[in-house]
Amino acid sequence: MNDGVAVHTHALTRRFGNLTAVDELNLNIPAGCIYGFLGPNGSGKSTTIRMLCGLLTPTEGDATVLGIDVLADPESVKRKIGYMTQKFSLYTDLSVAANLKFMAQIHGLGKTAARTRIDQQMERFSLAERQGQLAGTLSGGQKQRLALAAATLHEPELLFLDEPTSAVDPESRREFWEFLFEMVDHGTTILVSTHFMDEAERCHALAILDKGALVAEGSPPQLLQDIPATVIEIEADASITRAARKALLEATDIFDVAHLGTKLHALVDQNRAQPLDYVGNILGSAGLQGQLRKIDPNLEDVFVMATRDIRPGLAT
Amino acid sequence: MSWFSWQRVAAIARKEFSHLRRDRLTGGMIAGIPIVLTLLFGFAINTDVRGLSAAVVDEANTAASRALIADARATQVIDNLVPANSPWEIEQLIRSGDVSLGIYIPADFDERIARGRAPYAQLLVDDSDPQILGTARGLSGLTLTPISQMRDSGIFEFRALYNPERRTAVFIVPGLTGVILSLTMVLFTATAIVRERERGNLELLITTPVTSLELMTGKIIPYVLIGFVQISLILILGTLIFNLPIRGSLTDFYIASGLYIVSILTLGLWISTVAQNQFQAMQLTFMTFLPQMLLSGFMFPFEGMPRTVQWFAEILPLTHFLRMVRGIVLKQAELSSLTSELWPLAIFFVVMMTLATWRFRKSLD
Repeated sequence: MNDGVAVHTHALTRRFGNLTAVDELNLNIPAGCIYGFLGPNGSGKSTTIRMLCGLLTPTEGDATVLGIDVLADPESVKRKIGYMTQKFSLYTDLSVAANLKFMAQIHGLGKTAARTRIDQQMERFSLAERQGQLAGTLSGGQKQRLALAAATLHEPELLFLDEPTSAVDPESRREFWEFLFEMVDHGTTILVSTHFMDEAERCHALAILDKGALVAEGSPPQLLQDIPATVIEIEADASITRAARKALLEATDIFDVAHLGTKLHALVDQNRAQPLDYVGNILGSAGLQGQLRKIDPNLEDVFVMATRDIRPGLAT
Repeated sequence: MSWFSWQRVAAIARKEFSHLRRDRLTGGMIAGIPIVLTLLFGFAINTDVRGLSAAVVDEANTAASRALIADARATQVIDNLVPANSPWEIEQLIRSGDVSLGIYIPADFDERIARGRAPYAQLLVDDSDPQILGTARGLSGLTLTPISQMRDSGIFEFRALYNPERRTAVFIVPGLTGVILSLTMVLFTATAIVRERERGNLELLITTPVTSLELMTGKIIPYVLIGFVQISLILILGTLIFNLPIRGSLTDFYIASGLYIVSILTLGLWISTVAQNQFQAMQLTFMTFLPQMLLSGFMFPFEGMPRTVQWFAEILPLTHFLRMVRGIVLKQAELSSLTSELWPLAIFFVVMMTLATWRFRKSLD
């Protein structure tokens, strides 16, 4: 039934009044992988996840999750998936153990099965010594672990994570991803939204969303390979980087210019011959100087490229 | 998987109890509100008005006029007499609030009686308070009897059946059980679902297999128990402090109470599915509370209200509970004779529960 496909959507669209949050999204997410939604705030990541979980009704289009038509039978979908909301949504005035017990009962786990499973999860997510503590008093990383433990209590085939690590430190983030890889190894499909490049790089496949539309899709290496631009890194004095960026954005064959620390990344049309000289000339004629270097693109470049404004000259 | 599982209902109910255990103040109010309100209203509300002050102008100053004043005083309605010089002065005293009544006896009082030319005297009443007006009416009837020598030949023999000592607390306390619960119970459930939404728990909850009916049932159960605790507290205070006689069967009382409790709890649940936040839920609760308190017959006699208002009041759960509780506690009525009050409550419960379950959507649309 699934044919190895966990999620399939066709022209999935959701409007809120005049705003189109998700615009004719076509997705084909294979089972057994970590699939990432990468996009800026307001790009429709959460709305898409909520539609796939059966929480929001699409305005148009179809979605099939684990072989079930979400529009026709959202409740069946809810029984088979796990969902970790963007905001911590367990009960802050209940203890760690009480929260897990509640979720186990809601998911219909039998008494002994629930106890074994809760112990297992607390052990696995290092929550055992905190089981009596109120969830509201946990640290950010502990809260995320508890939320993940609760979302996977009933061993769902498909797990939705909406910006799971936006509120935790890098250390907890790494640890959190170890759990995700472990679950994928056991056959779970994971759909995760993020705006962190390092997280995006870890996904098996990525969908880059911008203003509700799918603007790029593929595995990270493939996306890097397919970028239709040459990346020129410009190292210049901090005082002139703004002026340099402005000058470059006015040029016709430069898609966009990303600011990365003290450096600029100019995305030059790959059909342009001699891109180094091209960038050098633009800077020269603006009376600016800098060290230029042709470099391999990174995922941030791909992201900037995919989500750029269509007419770069208008960008600031 | 089934569409209704008691396991999930129990999980919701248990969770609600845990919230209450953590929330000390709310926990304390479960006992605090009924105790404080019962004591306050039991002592304070008094429909049997006595001890008023009256200004007196006695221009006749005869044996008959003095007897009239003495008789008025003997009713205990008037306690304090303030001498005044003219009707104008009486009005001044009433306006300033120093007295509630004024008695004016004209100089030709004896002559008027002799010729049977009514009115013989005048009673001025501060009717800005309707209770005083009612009491004064009784007084105006009473004053004539000694004079016309009708004391022994009254037409009716007056017999109060259930509260002959006219203790207001006996009348108030049984009704108070219903009034207090119509506030506490509705507030508990009115905030029940809104709170989950405000705290961000709802998005998770509606992604689980829990059904709307399971959620609603689970949200009610803990408060049914709390309702029984509160109603028992009020009853105990009523018997210990206000000497409330419980003439009917306690079992009947608790069955009637149980039906009343679940029906107003579902009213709260319905509010919870309408309101977007706790403040709105609170306002809607008061919008249901005040009509129940004022129109159910708790404050004013039900029969005295216009017919259309009576029809409306028949919808309110408190109206029916009030009749049952007064019937059982004071009149020793049996529940089997009160079925006409039971089924409106049952219908109210079913309708509200259906509305709440139907209105609650497991989606964020």
